[in-house]
Amino acid sequence: MKVLMLGWEFPPFISGGLGTACYGLTKALDQMGVEITFVLPTMVQSRYATHVKLLTPGMQRSPRSTSPIKVRSLRNVVFRTITSPLQPYLTDNTYQKRIEQSLAQIRAAHGQTRQFAGTLDYSGDMYSEVQRYADLAVRLAAEEQFDVIHAHDWMTYPAGAAVARASGKPLLVHVHSTEFDRSGEHVNQVIYDIERMGMHVADRVIAVSYLTRNIIISRYGVSGDKVEVVYNGVERNGSNWPVGDTTIKRDEKVVLFLGRITMQKGPDYFLRAAKKVLEKMDNVKFVMAGSGDLMHRAVEMAAELGIGSKVLFTGFLRGEDVQKIFKMADLYVMPSVSEPFGIAPLEALDNDVPVIISKQSGVSEVLTHALKVDFWDVDEIANKIIAVLKYPPLGITLRSHGNYEVRKLRWKDSAQRCAKIYEEALVGAV
Amino acid sequence: MASVCFYFQVHQPTRLRHYTVFDNNAHYFDDRKNAEICRKVANKCYLPANRLILDLIRQFDGRFKVAYSITGVLLEQLTAYAPEVLSTFDALARTGCVEFLGETYYHSLSFLYSRNEFVEQVNKHVQTMQQLFGQTPRIFRNTELIYNNDLAALIESMGCFDAILSEGADHILGYRSPNFVYSPKGCNNLRLLLKNYSLSDDIAFRFSNRDWREWPLTADKFAHWINRVNGNGFVVNLFMDYETFGEHQWKETGIFDFMQHLPGEILKHPDNNFKTPSEVVKAYPPIGVVDVPHVISWADIERDLSAWLGNAMQSNAIHELYRIERKIKSFGDKKILDDWRKMQTSDHFYYMCTKYFADGDVHKYFNPYDSPYESYINFMNILGNLQGRCVKQSSAALAGQVSKQHAMATSATD
Repeated sequence: MKVLMLGWEFPPFISGGLGTACYGLTKALDQMGVEITFVLPTMVQSRYATHVKLLTPGMQRSPRSTSPIKVRSLRNVVFRTITSPLQPYLTDNTYQKRIEQSLAQIRAAHGQTRQFAGTLDYSGDMYSEVQRYADLAVRLAAEEQFDVIHAHDWMTYPAGAAVARASGKPLLVHVHSTEFDRSGEHVNQVIYDIERMGMHVADRVIAVSYLTRNIIISRYGVSGDKVEVVYNGVERNGSNWPVGDTTIKRDEKVVLFLGRITMQKGPDYFLRAAKKVLEKMDNVKFVMAGSGDLMHRAVEMAAELGIGSKVLFTGFLRGEDVQKIFKMADLYVMPSVSEPFGIAPLEALDNDVPVIISKQSGVSEVLTHALKVDFWDVDEIANKIIAVLKYPPLGITLRSHGNYEVRKLRWKDSAQRCAKIYEEALVGAV
Repeated sequence: MASVCFYFQVHQPTRLRHYTVFDNNAHYFDDRKNAEICRKVANKCYLPANRLILDLIRQFDGRFKVAYSITGVLLEQLTAYAPEVLSTFDALARTGCVEFLGETYYHSLSFLYSRNEFVEQVNKHVQTMQQLFGQTPRIFRNTELIYNNDLAALIESMGCFDAILSEGADHILGYRSPNFVYSPKGCNNLRLLLKNYSLSDDIAFRFSNRDWREWPLTADKFAHWINRVNGNGFVVNLFMDYETFGEHQWKETGIFDFMQHLPGEILKHPDNNFKTPSEVVKAYPPIGVVDVPHVISWADIERDLSAWLGNAMQSNAIHELYRIERKIKSFGDKKILDDWRKMQTSDHFYYMCTKYFADGDVHKYFNPYDSPYESYINFMNILGNLQGRCVKQSSAALAGQVSKQHAMATSATD
């Protein structure tokens, strides 16, 4: 079985669940012996040189796609990169900023823009860029052998669809989130149309939860017959990072929000619950780890609520810093308004941090040893936060059972489910 | 000779209402839900089952007999929400074929945490039986058939009981059969009746299970199994929840028809009869001593306490509850005492059980909460309020004392 995977970021540069999921799934498929050509967009002169060695020395010779790269730990995976500023969770605005940033970087690196005058490695707006990416993917795919195409989230759907059309191979689109999760009812019509096209063109649609499956069926009009649920797993790395003892005063409790600070993640509900908690107990700090378009609003809101000194903003965290923050935390809260899956609570449990999760999340379908709340029920969120902080046996029981439960959610099982869907898609294609 | 001894446990807890840490109200119970469940179970089980038992007693002219253990917390709810059930129990009491057993009024685990409280609750239950049914219980059953040698010794020392009921667990009986009367280790006069869990569970748990090899269970088949006891036992103790009839096993499963035909089938064999626990104790001598140093119960396959005290939340909640006993009793405030005691009902701790939680089994079915964690949080929030009331009472009492002393001091100086 050979898979052309249209994926995203690899560690250590991971900005969210999408990258984590692509990595976990690919690694597990690799161990099963599935051969994968993993195609991903990279920026010119990426600051984030990773162990995948996404260097672009061949840039002059082959300006748009680099030659294959191998990684020692992944024996059956070949990486192909396409130079593009695409990145998960972009919006049209942040896309423009990113282009400007990267131009500035390039100018700084090269001293001038002369070399770039003729080779445009990006398009002026995000949607054209998604289309440009698709064209490049088709050219790249022409050099590759594969049986199925597996595309992750909307920005790769046009590429997946184009490659499928050109190659005649079955297409699987993997829905990690939908426009309704990200934007509520204010959907971006262009993105919605691309998502809808991808799902309808695909031979199989993989949803990360039944919650997402329902959205795919009801909002995108996809027939339920071709929508399968494959839950995410969790990478067990609780002790891989050598984390020195942190110097936190243990008389103060730490409640953690970890994720992008966007409407979807419900940061405002977190802050309003924090306010309620602080009315009942004083020795608590609320840490908001992450960045996003509501970050400034969240800082303002904390101040407006009069709890500014009790809420700490760390900005975006990665790698060891994430482990450190988990080590500090007494409780992790995910008040997401709409969360297709939600890997972070699994990572929290893996790090022995009990979790409160929104009932409007895919992960609540697989976790039983977690406290569950409606995201809008601020009183109940506060009630449960206080309970965990005030009654130690609650945290003890949640931790011990939760940690055990998380061990059962393995990428290996997700990969096996995917492999089975590949087989079915192949049979269906014949 | 094979005597069939039926004992039915009749109980519903007083369920707690949703209570957050922000609540300040001293009313802890979900009256609406309790009323609703009480009426539902009355209609599905208590009323039709009582009617059936009464008919059978009449039909067999006193040869059919049963025993009930009804908790005080259920009786209070029946009085409030379904008084017609009480009158049918009263009618049963008047037949002379029905024995009422003694237990803790609050269906509590008090034996494990406070002997004083335990004895007070048993006495309160005995008085209630006398008042309502004109009977003084002579047989004791502890909550969930929880039992060990110490319980037997305590019950014997109370002097008002002839026998105690418990689970015929394999690990205490070994090769011995539950179909005899035994003596508890260390007791002189008290007797021990042990549940035949295999035959009891055939009715209570397996009756409607279509995967069971013996399904469908008919009255004549069951009577045949009873007949086989003739010659190697005196008594078959069939102990089960009364809610088996119509609630755990729905009417549609045929459970009432089964029960209707069972006495006739059993009495077809001339050596068979029905006896109440007291009659069993009088009729058959003990054939040996049973030693139970560790606590047993009738729950789950473990037959231990893990369903109520198996995790950190459960043991924390119950310890915190009994910790305030002395304080609660020092006020002489009936309302506080009653609230505290209703929180002792074992069901509250059962809801916190995480054993099998992920598998969605029987524990989940009877659980009004979404998860064991919710029930613990709710319980602890209420306990927090109760503790707060204690502090208030204490300081009020203290203030009272101080002002009295002050008054005395001023009057002395006058």
